[in-house]
Amino acid sequence: MSTFDSKHAAHLHRHIHSHVPSDPALRVKALESLAVEKGLISSETIDAWVEAYSEHIGPMRGAKVVARAWVDPGFKTRLLADATEAIKEFGFEGNATGHLKAVENTDAQHNMVVCTLCSCYPFSILGMSPAWYKSAAYRARAVREPRTVLAEFGVNLPEEVAVRVWDSTAELRYLVVPQRPAGTDDWDEDRLSGIVTRNSMIGTDRVLKAGGA
Amino acid sequence: MFRPDNPLAPRDPVFDEAWQAQVLAIADTMVQAGRFSATAWAETLGTELRAAEAAGKPDTTQTYYEAALAALERLTTEATEITGTDLSKRKATWTRAYERTPHGQPVLLERGRDGQD
Repeated sequence: MSTFDSKHAAHLHRHIHSHVPSDPALRVKALESLAVEKGLISSETIDAWVEAYSEHIGPMRGAKVVARAWVDPGFKTRLLADATEAIKEFGFEGNATGHLKAVENTDAQHNMVVCTLCSCYPFSILGMSPAWYKSAAYRARAVREPRTVLAEFGVNLPEEVAVRVWDSTAELRYLVVPQRPAGTDDWDEDRLSGIVTRNSMIGTDRVLKAGGA
Repeated sequence: MFRPDNPLAPRDPVFDEAWQAQVLAIADTMVQAGRFSATAWAETLGTELRAAEAAGKPDTTQTYYEAALAALERLTTEATEITGTDLSKRKATWTRAYERTPHGQPVLLERGRDGQD
């Protein structure tokens, strides 16, 4: 007859080996440790990147850019002319890959962004892309049937509003500037940035709500 | 079928697993350091995503990140001195290191080395 011996169990437990990570986790560990040894990257940079994009860098950056475009016509002109240059005044830390182009929604045109090739996305100002942006379904359907895709996102675009789909590349990424909602005339930049949704800056959301703040 | 975001829903974690974040971190850092170009990364990732789709893999985040890892391995072996053999040997060493490290202790690569590793 066996009896339960907690001290013995604890002793055994201490000798059980560490949990072996999953196959992809081990492959990443292998690649990272080799790349660090060869001086291609530093582990501090990788750790800082992961922390920044897990915790700090998100769509609030883009929302601040949009809000400033709404209140400052001079900034908006600069943003639409050269977004990469215009957003430098925010002093966001971190590197942006490629050039950024801002495209403005109007009563006559709605803009929507996709990367049909892979998942190019302005992550330095919007954070990591949502899961649906990376999906094969979105990458294929956004171009083929944008209005149907928009309707699924809850955006029912009137016939008279044209939809323009922008296909991102490694060299050129897009930020949609949504329309400023009515009833926000006396709002300051900070308050306005609170109602700019991530999806509105990708173009899968259109009508922002003043009551949402 | 896509759905609008629910503004009242709790925020999803940005990454489901740490390795997913590390793949993108390494890829972006390699691009910033000029080890390979942003265009090469996009093209290789695109090729791996198409291959996954053609192989009938489910259209999920897991599939996406597995394709991203495959793309990172491919570009690393093409653009740097690291070879495919280096990667598989190192993975075996890490696996042994985990197996040989008692629970609760830090896992050191040294512990997994055998002879010529």
